[in-house]
Amino acid sequence: MKRMKLVLVGNGMAGVRALEELLKIAPELYDITVFGAEPHPNYNRILLSPVLAGEQTVDQIILNPLSWYAESGITLHTGKKINRIDRTKRLVIADDGTTAEYDRLLLATGSNPFVLPVPGNELQGVIAYRDIADTNTMIDAAATHRHAVVIGGGLLGLEAANGLKQRGMNVTVVHIMPWLMERQLDAVAGKLLQGSLEQRGILFLIGAQTAALLGNEHGRVRAVKFKDGTEVPADLVVMAAGIRPNTELAERAGLYCNRGVVVNDTLQTITDPRIYAVGECAAHRGIAYGLVAPLFEQGKVCATHLAQFGIGRYSGSQTSTKLKVTGIDLFSAGNFMGGEGTEEIVLSDPLGGVYKKLVIQGDKLIGACLYGDTVDGSWYFKLLREGRPIGDLRDRLMFGESNIGDVGHEGHNRAAAMADADEVCGCNGVNKGTICKAIKDKGLFTLEEVRKHTKASASCGSCTGLVEQLLMFTAGGDYSAAPKKKAVCGCTEVSHQELRNTIREHKLLSIADAMKFLEWRTPNGCATCRPAINYYLISTWPKEAKDDPQSRFINERSHANIQKDGTYSVVPRMWGGETTADELRRIADAVDKYKIPTVKVTGGQRIDLLGVKKEDLVNVWRDIGMPSGHAYAKALRTVKTCVGSEWCRFGTQDSTQMGKDLERALWRMYAPHKVKLAVSGCPRNCAEAGIKDVGVIGVDSGWELYVAGNGGIKTEVAQFFVKVKTAAEVLEYAGAFLQLYREEGWYLERTVHYVSRVGMEHVKKKVLDDAANRKLLWQRLQFALDGEPDPWFEHTKAGIDLRQFKPVASDAAHEVSA
Amino acid sequence: MNARSTIWQQVCRVDDIPPLGARRVAREQGIAVAVFRSATDRVFALLDRCPHKGGPLSQGIVFGESVACPLHNWTIALADGQAKAPDVGCAVSFGCKIEDGVVYLDADELAHKGLDVSAPVAGPQAKAGA
Repeated sequence: MKRMKLVLVGNGMAGVRALEELLKIAPELYDITVFGAEPHPNYNRILLSPVLAGEQTVDQIILNPLSWYAESGITLHTGKKINRIDRTKRLVIADDGTTAEYDRLLLATGSNPFVLPVPGNELQGVIAYRDIADTNTMIDAAATHRHAVVIGGGLLGLEAANGLKQRGMNVTVVHIMPWLMERQLDAVAGKLLQGSLEQRGILFLIGAQTAALLGNEHGRVRAVKFKDGTEVPADLVVMAAGIRPNTELAERAGLYCNRGVVVNDTLQTITDPRIYAVGECAAHRGIAYGLVAPLFEQGKVCATHLAQFGIGRYSGSQTSTKLKVTGIDLFSAGNFMGGEGTEEIVLSDPLGGVYKKLVIQGDKLIGACLYGDTVDGSWYFKLLREGRPIGDLRDRLMFGESNIGDVGHEGHNRAAAMADADEVCGCNGVNKGTICKAIKDKGLFTLEEVRKHTKASASCGSCTGLVEQLLMFTAGGDYSAAPKKKAVCGCTEVSHQELRNTIREHKLLSIADAMKFLEWRTPNGCATCRPAINYYLISTWPKEAKDDPQSRFINERSHANIQKDGTYSVVPRMWGGETTADELRRIADAVDKYKIPTVKVTGGQRIDLLGVKKEDLVNVWRDIGMPSGHAYAKALRTVKTCVGSEWCRFGTQDSTQMGKDLERALWRMYAPHKVKLAVSGCPRNCAEAGIKDVGVIGVDSGWELYVAGNGGIKTEVAQFFVKVKTAAEVLEYAGAFLQLYREEGWYLERTVHYVSRVGMEHVKKKVLDDAANRKLLWQRLQFALDGEPDPWFEHTKAGIDLRQFKPVASDAAHEVSA
Repeated sequence: MNARSTIWQQVCRVDDIPPLGARRVAREQGIAVAVFRSATDRVFALLDRCPHKGGPLSQGIVFGESVACPLHNWTIALADGQAKAPDVGCAVSFGCKIEDGVVYLDADELAHKGLDVSAPVAGPQAKAGA
């Protein structure tokens, strides 16, 4: 089929966003041509303020580099302004004579700054604040001139003033209204804002009416004159007194305009359905939006219509405002001024620089204005948009979301407390669920990746902190929860569960067999899938499957923990955390002999020797003569114990002995992830058993077992599992639980995530309710561990390639020519 | 320098390197050179230092013709040392060849290349240096 022709006039955020949305859903439908009057590819206009303030560069705010246009097959004409639309011939004509035919035309011509009709407004040094060229003019002026006057104390004007001040100019803001940002703030917040900006050295002339701009003999502006006759010096005048939709081209083409190109709910102009308009130039239901979120919503609807899907209608947007001046937090939304029939809840702390006003009508929140503390802005905005009755939370509403109910405790942070549907990025309409899903599905770890994949935090950047919290919460540290069906990595479509099942069902015994059977896409996998396959093989087929050291992370290959400088740490095993003078002496001697720089006690009651050279590892192990502590492995780490009844006057059980017995029974146990145990001798629980994979607490009548705790990035309290009478039962129940985890857990899944995935009921059924199965699990674990080598001493049996500890010495080799 | 007459220095046999593994070639000066062996017995040499935070690439997991740095899992191409996108960086690479099962490195590069790069430091030493 021959492609249709789509022409976009206006290479800015709204139009290009519409193209991006279109390419996502119908990449083959159109041949696309783009005309932009500026000489740049699409950049983030919102971030001109940080560029002006010197916090970012122009390069950093480019949204779509030239390569994007090329890769997307888009013909781009920069620096060409379209002068005329020939609607009969379906042709656009640029100022240089370039023409392009269209089947569909998208107008995204944006807006023009409103230039005050005063004498002198054409003088050199008088500019608007709209694009990269204006920004560069201001940056240049700041380097060569001293006095700047910004006309207009709105969002844009204040951002310009702040940027010019940071670049060292004397800045005066002239504002005709009684307080700053009167369209976004009430009088109190406006005054607070003025105070903060005055502290930064910006001067304000509130209520002043500009009469004329005065020039010098070179035709450059030298002063601003007011109606009362006063003057202020000015080498640079920035007009920021508002914007007007740029409808010049549309009007000339006979399209109906009324404070914008008038469009319907599918963003088609009401005059010509082949022509669409989005962004600041479009008037939808009488409103021309100037903020980015509504423009992107329009782009999305427009794209689905252009793609001929016919779904989606744009029905207008509620908007909220944030100021992008570093260090000043303000937020407003809805009807924040209040008025008849409304009530206000106000919190005012002028000294602390905090002011919050919530406007309520009937049972609903209809407006909010926050200054100084805007953490709850998005929550208020959500309540406002959803129109949710707030009766039940009215008395606590002012104190924010973190004070409602239980959220905000137990190590959860703000991001964790948000619901999946809650919006994180207001600019691009991205909610928490979308971000978390992308982080998990695509394995994203950095802010940049999240921006690339979700667009969250990619526009104004004010939600960056929140997105980082989500990253930390979703992908950070040991956390590796995965959705139900997620491919192990990019080498395959197969999920962890399918991989496990196949290895068991088809008795696959080597990595190569598994990859071949499951049609791996890569010849030998990657650093993500190979360790996982290796673990599944050896845990499913102990004594049969062959361990592959080259598919293990370096720590499990060299049996020590790699450090940031490439040296290693050595943690000898001390059963139950108990040691002797003899052992300590040997450790001390090794520290001296091998010049080990740091000796530290670990969180798991062991001694850590840090900074051991790889060449020395084998000798250090030998000299110390203690078993491997496996502190480097996805395996049983330590069993932490309290002193217990042997010494403690409160102790009810011999926790140290129990800990030693557990550790001797379970050491050398590889698992999906690290495994930590603790045994306390009484409910005072000095060994902190409540945050371990298996925690054992001695009580007068026996032992309580807790499972699936975690002390990591997101603290999880272990759940009560069972109470038993004897030490032998502790071993059997703990061992059976861990064997179940070893057999069913996904690689890099901690017990807490395993249990939450399969459910505690499932675990209890397998281990508690079914005694025969419990015994079988315990037997299988003992079988797997029987005869397992200590890698620090039985090198060959443990499959250690000792060559790794010796470098190849090039000086011993001889040279040859070729 | 004359490109026609590369001096090759013998370093080890191919069999001295585990398949999908690496060995370090110690140098009189500077950071060691890591010599990698792929599953198909191709051999590559890179400075044993990740362009990101200096991790020892010789200790990483080798797959295909790439290695995953053991410190922060950057993927580095063995052939040219380039980091895989979205990461950006390049490890220093060395001329390398196999003849009759013997691995040779470009002697001149071995003696002079990458000597200006410093090794990462940790522990009390790092604090003292700060």
